[in-house]
Amino acid sequence: MLDATPRPLVQFRDVCKWYGDFSALHDINLTVHEGEKVVVCGPSGSGKSTMIRCINQLEAHQVGTIMIDGEEVSPEMKNIEKIRREVGMVFQNFNLFPHMTILDNLTLGPIRNRGASRAEARELAMHYLNRVHIAEQADKYPTQLSGGQQQRVAIARSLCMKPKVMLFDEPTSALDPEMIAGVLDVMIELAEEGMTMIVVTHEMGFARKVADRVVFMDEGEIIEVAEPEAFFSAPQSDRAQLFLSQLLGH
Amino acid sequence: MDRNTPPPAPPRKRLTAVDILLFASVAALIAYAGYRVNEVLVYQWNWSRVFNFFIRFDPDTGEYVTNLLLYGLATTLRLALWGTVLATIIGVVLGYWRTVDNLTLRILSRSYVELIRNIPPLVFIFIFYFFISSQIFPWLGLDDLNPEGLFVDNWLFALLFGDPALLSNFLAGVLCLAMFEGAYVTEIVRAGIQAVGKGQWEAARAIGLSRTNVLRDVILPQALRKTLPPLAGQFITLIKDSSIVSLISIQELTFMATEVAATTTKVFETWILVGAMYFVLCYSFALLFGWLERRAARSRR
Repeated sequence: MLDATPRPLVQFRDVCKWYGDFSALHDINLTVHEGEKVVVCGPSGSGKSTMIRCINQLEAHQVGTIMIDGEEVSPEMKNIEKIRREVGMVFQNFNLFPHMTILDNLTLGPIRNRGASRAEARELAMHYLNRVHIAEQADKYPTQLSGGQQQRVAIARSLCMKPKVMLFDEPTSALDPEMIAGVLDVMIELAEEGMTMIVVTHEMGFARKVADRVVFMDEGEIIEVAEPEAFFSAPQSDRAQLFLSQLLGH
Repeated sequence: MDRNTPPPAPPRKRLTAVDILLFASVAALIAYAGYRVNEVLVYQWNWSRVFNFFIRFDPDTGEYVTNLLLYGLATTLRLALWGTVLATIIGVVLGYWRTVDNLTLRILSRSYVELIRNIPPLVFIFIFYFFISSQIFPWLGLDDLNPEGLFVDNWLFALLFGDPALLSNFLAGVLCLAMFEGAYVTEIVRAGIQAVGKGQWEAARAIGLSRTNVLRDVILPQALRKTLPPLAGQFITLIKDSSIVSLISIQELTFMATEVAATTTKVFETWILVGAMYFVLCYSFALLFGWLERRAARSRR
């Protein structure tokens, strides 16, 4: 499925970040190519979320470079908004705008950022709501939807900006068990369509099915990068072995 | 147990004998106080003289005409209207500044709030009136405003701003009130903005909205909805606080009441009547806001 020379979309080079004295990320080096799906896992507090939040600069890194499609991002850059429009992000707690209908949640970005007309934006929004199988809820408010439905709306909201890469920050962690499958199905469909994805998750089934590579992190460092089958059946590092045994041990 | 018949709801609370006894004793206490006052004061109550300053019967034309106290009430309402508009603008801008990263803006807004909140309103108004308005208004050219000019000589202007001849005086009063109440609105708006979750900022920024749009489309609508009850309360406080600008000769209700009390020498009647007018005004707004709030809560579901 890969082209001869796939384009690098997201590149980390020697990236470090501290919160005060606490080293949150240390010497992160990672390149994600166009069309690639990367699953990031590791114990809580290992820096997974911090790492993907640096990509669209919701968190600022202090050392090293991060490139999005060849353009360097930094905390001081002027038009960070332009970069953010190319990077979709889905949060653990959905973060839909509660004072707007589902449809308005989706059309806000295209109308404000691209100057789309209401009708255009509406058409686009309905297209993506159909794709996440939730079009009939368009006129409701977020609180009227289940968690799983809200997360699918959040995915559609990101897709409306037609991003080059999608980031998922533990998208199923806040969901009731019976809601998880619906969200994962949407993500699998998205992956099959060739979207570039970086997913922080502990859903092993999803990782095995979709991921090209699994990145294992601990204490702010990337410990191991491997294909999912290899990683789950024979992790190389002690820390990954410990983590997996804890994850699967009960 | 039959699943389709829930147990009967507990009976609603009703007044018991004890409650009635309590109310009766409070009423008796008030009646006794009234009786004592009457005994001690030896005061000739005369309500009609004071009422004449509310609405007066003109024997020449055979019509009822409005008088000083109603003019005062109208001015109070104008003060409240413009005071609220300005205080809201001050409050939203400074309230936002209280939450930004820019240190200068934060220091400025914080200083403003602390300065105003820690000076008594009366003192602030004297300082403002004698030092600031006497400097600002000539500079703005407001003192030279031609009262006979066409610009100010129409009914709409009179409805919104009152007597053109007293315009600069009125504006001084409005500015005083707005600056004062604006400090409190600032704190309400700040609390509202900070009550909007961090996730909302992040989600709005993640879809690439500019700073202005994040604020306008996502944060402020939610912040203002959260702060509607305290803002309504602050608006009612503003109506009551408008009485202190009587001290810089703005002819609003309290100022007029002082005049009426002096003219008629009927001090008690005047102040009781004026107190009742304030109460009716403020309580009407309280009921209105309560109704609006319930309606907003219903339509949001």
